[in-house]
Amino acid sequence: MSAAPGQTVGPFFHLGLEYDRMNELVPPSHPRAVRLHGHVYDGNGAPVPDAVLEIWQADPQGHIVREPGSLRRDGWTFTGWGRAATDPDGHYQFATLEPGATEPGSAPFFAVTVFARGLLDRLFTRAYLPDDPDVLANDTLLESVAPERRSTLIATREPGGLVFDVRLQGEGETVFLTYPRLRDAWA
Amino acid sequence: MESSQADINREIEAAARQPGGPQPRIDYPSYRSSVLRHPKQPLHLIDPESVELWAPAFGHRDVADDEADLTIQHAGTPLGERIVVTGRVLDGDGRPVANQLVEVWQANAAGRYRHQRDQHPAPHDPNFTGVGRMLTGPDGTYRFQTIKPGPYPWRNHLNAWRPAHIHFSVFGSDFTQRLVTQMYFPGDPLFPLDPIFQSITDPKARELLIAQYDHDVTTPEWSTGYRWDIVLTGTHRTPLESDVEDNA
Repeated sequence: MSAAPGQTVGPFFHLGLEYDRMNELVPPSHPRAVRLHGHVYDGNGAPVPDAVLEIWQADPQGHIVREPGSLRRDGWTFTGWGRAATDPDGHYQFATLEPGATEPGSAPFFAVTVFARGLLDRLFTRAYLPDDPDVLANDTLLESVAPERRSTLIATREPGGLVFDVRLQGEGETVFLTYPRLRDAWA
Repeated sequence: MESSQADINREIEAAARQPGGPQPRIDYPSYRSSVLRHPKQPLHLIDPESVELWAPAFGHRDVADDEADLTIQHAGTPLGERIVVTGRVLDGDGRPVANQLVEVWQANAAGRYRHQRDQHPAPHDPNFTGVGRMLTGPDGTYRFQTIKPGPYPWRNHLNAWRPAHIHFSVFGSDFTQRLVTQMYFPGDPLFPLDPIFQSITDPKARELLIAQYDHDVTTPEWSTGYRWDIVLTGTHRTPLESDVEDNA
């Protein structure tokens, strides 16, 4: 069957996609909360003030969570999913927990989806935790990416948080992903 | 200098002469805002792993039943043509996507969004927000009641108008199936003029975004009905029977 084409989220997505605490996978006051944040930039290096990021991640033990409650957060259930819009400076932020490895020796990452006004279809990428160089060196995706572009997929650590910038185009362009069934559907 | 509709039409025609896939071209300069906002490097093909083989779960605690009725969110009745939109969310192999979240947002009947950035001098409707949410049923069916949105002007070029549409955000059963798109109404005269719609250069693929009028969805003395099925890409993980229970 032919897959429906995507279309841009447009300029008015806040109306339909925003909701209370959408970017708080845990309350910021949670003792293990980290701030995952960064900027979205366009091909001129200008911030993109009308982008949306979604993250989807394992819990700190590496379990893939199957819990509802991302839209009505109860403050206790970790659902592994959140959404953040960029502000007028092109900045987004999440309060979350750091994902664990889902298999022994695998590199923990946030799966990231990017939408924006001006972006005709959503983009996929990953934000890896930066800490273990051996694990990162053995990661299938990172190994397959040109060395000079690998850093676009790896968050950097700062006190209390992780920084992950998204560059839609140009110098330092983020590596964006596609998957076999997407290629099949559109071949 | 600001482009005219004739300039845009020429660009659209030129782009249509190149062979295009069924997805929008993310490099589509007739949509002016796309010029600096698309990657120039090819997308990197990988086999999905870990969380990418799963989608977030949503349930009845996330979405109230009445969020699927955009006409009852205020004290009064919104102005415009009352419609019901329904259809099924299916994966690329034709399997229903059950218990999954569908979000919609739209302009009101006059073509005005309830959004600070919408400066179109058409009236707001105090009885219409234009936002809905619902979960798909066991057979992938979604259904909501709303008001038919109006077309509206935008500033892509001089005298640019968007065909009437409803924005849809849809999740599949794995992360890779995530879709945000727009549903259009049949026979809209603005189709050939709109660079966002025409960024899908394959005409058969564009048809997939156009709802069909369905008299069986129309209700006597109440509302007209439209049917629109949403086919996602295929899953990379063979769904199990237990997935449905897990999501319940």
